[in-house]
Amino acid sequence: MSDGNQPPASLKVVGTRPIRPDGVDKVTGRAQFGADFHLPGMLTGRIKRSPHAHARIVKIDISAAEKRPGVKAVVTGADLDVGAGGDIEAGEHAAAMKDVAANCLASGKVFYQGHAVAAVAATSPEIAAEALDLIEVTYEVLPHVVDVDEAMAPGAPVLHDDMFTKGVTPKPTKASNVAQKHVMGRGDVAGAFAAAEVVVEGRYTTAAVHQGYIEPHACVAAWGADGQSTIWCSSQGQFLVRAMTARILNLPLSDIKVIPAEIGGGFGGKTTVYLEPVALALSRKCGRPVKLVMSREEVFLASGPTSGSSMDIRLAATKDGKITAAEMTLRYQAGAFAGSPVNLGCMTAFACYDVENLALVGYDVVSNRPKVAAYRAPGAPMAAFAVESAIDDLARKLKMDPIDLRILNAVKDGAKTVYGATVRYSAFIETLEAVKAHPHYKAKLGPGQARGVAAGFWFNIGGESSAAVHVDEDGGATVVSSNPDIGGSRASMAMMAAETLGLPIERVRCTVADTTSIGFSGSTGGSRVTFATGMAVVEAAQKVVADLRRRAAQTWECDIAHVEWKDGVATCLDPSKDAKPLSLKALAGKSAKTGGPIAAEVSLNAQGAAAGYGVHVCDLEIDPETGRTTILRYTAAQDVGRAIHPAYVEGQLQGGAAQGVGWALNEEYVYNSNGLLDNASFLDYRMPVASDLPMIDTILVEAKPNPRHPYGAKGVGEVPIVPPLAAVANAISAIVGQRMTSLPLSPAKVLAAMGGG
Amino acid sequence: MSGVEYLSPGSVAEAVRALQVDGARVMAGGTDLLVQMRIGRTKPKLVVDLKRIPGIAGIREEDGAFIIGAAASGAALGEHEALRKAWPGIVEAANLIGSTQIQGRASLGGNLCNASPAADSVPALIAAGATCVIVGPNGEREVPVEAIQVGPGKTTLANGEVLLAFRLPKRAAHTGDAYLRLIPRTEMDIAVVGAGVCVTLDASGKCIAARVSVGAVAPTALLVEAAGAALVGSSLDDAALTNLEAAVAAAARPISDKRGTAEYRTKVAAVLARRAALIARDRAQKDGAKA
Repeated sequence: MSDGNQPPASLKVVGTRPIRPDGVDKVTGRAQFGADFHLPGMLTGRIKRSPHAHARIVKIDISAAEKRPGVKAVVTGADLDVGAGGDIEAGEHAAAMKDVAANCLASGKVFYQGHAVAAVAATSPEIAAEALDLIEVTYEVLPHVVDVDEAMAPGAPVLHDDMFTKGVTPKPTKASNVAQKHVMGRGDVAGAFAAAEVVVEGRYTTAAVHQGYIEPHACVAAWGADGQSTIWCSSQGQFLVRAMTARILNLPLSDIKVIPAEIGGGFGGKTTVYLEPVALALSRKCGRPVKLVMSREEVFLASGPTSGSSMDIRLAATKDGKITAAEMTLRYQAGAFAGSPVNLGCMTAFACYDVENLALVGYDVVSNRPKVAAYRAPGAPMAAFAVESAIDDLARKLKMDPIDLRILNAVKDGAKTVYGATVRYSAFIETLEAVKAHPHYKAKLGPGQARGVAAGFWFNIGGESSAAVHVDEDGGATVVSSNPDIGGSRASMAMMAAETLGLPIERVRCTVADTTSIGFSGSTGGSRVTFATGMAVVEAAQKVVADLRRRAAQTWECDIAHVEWKDGVATCLDPSKDAKPLSLKALAGKSAKTGGPIAAEVSLNAQGAAAGYGVHVCDLEIDPETGRTTILRYTAAQDVGRAIHPAYVEGQLQGGAAQGVGWALNEEYVYNSNGLLDNASFLDYRMPVASDLPMIDTILVEAKPNPRHPYGAKGVGEVPIVPPLAAVANAISAIVGQRMTSLPLSPAKVLAAMGGG
Repeated sequence: MSGVEYLSPGSVAEAVRALQVDGARVMAGGTDLLVQMRIGRTKPKLVVDLKRIPGIAGIREEDGAFIIGAAASGAALGEHEALRKAWPGIVEAANLIGSTQIQGRASLGGNLCNASPAADSVPALIAAGATCVIVGPNGEREVPVEAIQVGPGKTTLANGEVLLAFRLPKRAAHTGDAYLRLIPRTEMDIAVVGAGVCVTLDASGKCIAARVSVGAVAPTALLVEAAGAALVGSSLDDAALTNLEAAVAAAARPISDKRGTAEYRTKVAAVLARRAALIARDRAQKDGAKA
């Protein structure tokens, strides 16, 4: 499953596949997820939600609910108090706190069906449900718009009368649904198109899709009589929950302690808050702990999907296949509030390719849908769908092999991206070559079958992280991580510590600490944890090793320069000393006599994260009478730097591919004419099930370990969702005989295109 | 779910009595009812669980005919070798419903009486010519399966009536049945279209009887008599199959909804009916070979 680049022989733990430390708890049900926490006297919270797609709140009457015996607190948007201060970096984009607050509890208007308007806390679920019915909300229903192109059209219902498109000069005089226009580019695009030997173009659309994590949002909040509060919740960042909750309730950070629960999937969707400030506001009002848990329907109605999109693209090329220019317009749904990842769509669209002349325009567009949240490589998969489809058109037009065409245009180290970064440590070409050499790419297709190829890019980030390493008296070690473990990071953190300390992996445990027990860390997102928090773990372990060497030197009364640390053992290199080697265990046992506890904590701002590139190949066939697609074979290759735990990296590639296939084939939000969501359940929101997919083969390309990370790691979690949309669509287009430009490629749509529908 | 009473009667008479109470609902496997209660779509005052009634979850064979208890689970059907051999289409249809866990509970009786137009087992039962044994305050009656559903969520069962069992007639020689459905995924989904076909051949391979039923293309599963008639007298040649498709398409009157458009459903209903007919024919031929 690897490209044959074995990790250096000196590595004993990194690159191996130990059993995951959190596995037993998860399969036996012992793991404590967000909804599993209970406190004495705890109340059940419930949220009253808008039945309308767009309406002005004329009045909220909570008096009857408050009088119902058993109801202990009722809150509305008036109970929130967004403090002063700028936006908060939330994973991969900044969050405007006023909007986050108004998304937790509406203020003045509701912008989508399911928008929270009030919340209750009661002594039983039944009373809480009754209390919701007793809250009387008077609405003035307004015209709504859910489609991104319709939301941009003149005369569309305007959601926010204070939204004047940013990025346009002069500032528009009329409010609109376009929150921001992003423009980026370089070179002489018009000139390149005028001189082009080949031009391909198209208009592409994708549907809004949900992250589909198994665990619904859940939390318990307990307000203390002294104003100090505790929140237990499932999230991608306990520090982010603390920061957002503090801001929304105007509280000091130090008065809130957030304890991370086990997390049942996030994929970016848990890098914001929906429940925590509401639960804490309820708890503050009644002095009792309050639990809030979303139903699956609430998750679909009111937690972030990612943007649906509409895009126009044109490519200019020479007849040899060199892409000389590209222009692209991207229109992304932001949902109810500004903040779609369209800027990231613009930045990533052509990041795989060295294109001299580029013109990209992105529009961030609000509409009456839930506010979007990050989803695995936010903004990139949609843009890549259009770009990789257009490149497939080009390959067909020029009768070129799709991989050769991509190799011809691939970025190399030293190239400048359109957003200004210089490409470094990239192995895109090696990844393309690995696919070309793979048996899958050479395998013959059966009659009626087709193969699609597509590539994808993601930045991966570093940033602020903290970690501690504690050596136990018996010679084992504990790693304290600052990041919730959503992709196996406890294993990779423990492995990197074990490698550095020279311990077997079984002697190192890893825990995820609350906000008071470790230094600050950014969220688990941006494919940053193995890179950034891993760097903090390794540096902490290196500090511990330095301390162990010092203690050995002290024991031997030799110069520390003469103490060598290898495989968990200190050896004295001073020939004048007759000193027996000292193991970590021996040194740990004597720690009280050599300076006390052995531990180190490191907080850092990790720089040098390297981007990742993926190339996917998909074979499929279509039932010509029903339009139903069957995926036959799928291979995902990726530039991973060095895989710390290869099985987890393979799992990331497989999971990203599975989600991307769902995005391509069946997932979509279905709205009726009233702007109400028709398919707020896993039954009718059709994510792939296990039997929909073949075993997804993986190729880990380790040709370019990241030199800025102690063990060469690059982020791996997001790249693999970028290529699948086009990999699937390119194969379907080949069978249908026309370019399929609109996702999802559901059976009815494909049958119609094949002339059967 | 506050204020729900639960009763698990040990006899048919007790169940009939209990069901005459206002707000009483029958529960067989509960895989539809409990979900509907949880999301607040239905708020029964009394849940009458049938599973303790002797025989109601059993399957027995009587002179080649089968009596399938209304609460027999999908798993029990799948494990009943004689039934699977005699009526593979019905068993396949029942086994398509839900997951392995759901199969441990979901029943044919519940699937029919929940009265979803997309219920998988119903077209298969109609095609097979199954009948329902019903007991109520006024005694027992037996009606064809197609007489039960009248629209989404609505049946012809009167107040206090309980569906006790399905009766499958002794299968004629050279008979085969089949059920196919279209879902965008491979499992854990609800039929966009379903089609059940049962054919009987004579010794020469000519079709002498055929019943065709389609699901999810009308407010109830439909028995398309013209589609069956299109096959009778033929060897299921292309011309007969084309007529079958035309009859199914003509009978279908689907809606467009989140699961599929009317146009798509109509086309696919015809396709699935043809494919199911060919599977049923192959089974009927094999049936002859063994006999």
